[in-house]
Amino acid sequence: MMHSHLITLVVFSALVSTVFAVLLRDTPRERLRFGLLAFGAFVVSTLIIGWLTNPFPR
Amino acid sequence: MPHDDAVPASRDSSRTVAAGLLAWVWPGLGHVYLRRRGKGLLLMGAILALFVLGVAMDSRLQLHLGLEDPLAFLFSLAQMGIGAPYFLARALGYQAGVVTSPSFEYGNTFTAVGGLLNILVILDALDVARGHKR
Repeated sequence: MMHSHLITLVVFSALVSTVFAVLLRDTPRERLRFGLLAFGAFVVSTLIIGWLTNPFPR
Repeated sequence: MPHDDAVPASRDSSRTVAAGLLAWVWPGLGHVYLRRRGKGLLLMGAILALFVLGVAMDSRLQLHLGLEDPLAFLFSLAQMGIGAPYFLARALGYQAGVVTSPSFEYGNTFTAVGGLLNILVILDALDVARGHKR
């Protein structure tokens, strides 16, 4: 079940962004815009943090 | 006329309590009860998907009450935020999780975040019921 870290990240980000967009914006257009922005922010920031912490041992 | 105001106020407060309780019992149900069907169904779908995927990824659903392990207690509270699905999954035998599973920690994150998001959904349903939000 979802053994890819990347797919897990994408699914998690999409679901959490959906909830935030529905709660924090009122119109469908605003929700779509906010949801896409939040989704992008989740995925990109996680990839950047993952890349920055890659040289450090566990 | 205070007497005339008392009836709608009590009706409003019982509607608010019902919306809050329904929102906790099943994610999104509070909004459906308040006739925000689209919003409720979207929230229901997203939060239940988080929880079901978390359980499928071998999340632990054990109940920790008491302060001998405060982090486990907070984790249980977060998961219980999702309401009936948490207790249903426990009743179906998913409470132990699989600690050796590679996706165990991901599963824990999915179920706890699902519960925490549902707490935000409950607060939103209370706001809608009180007329503070659309």
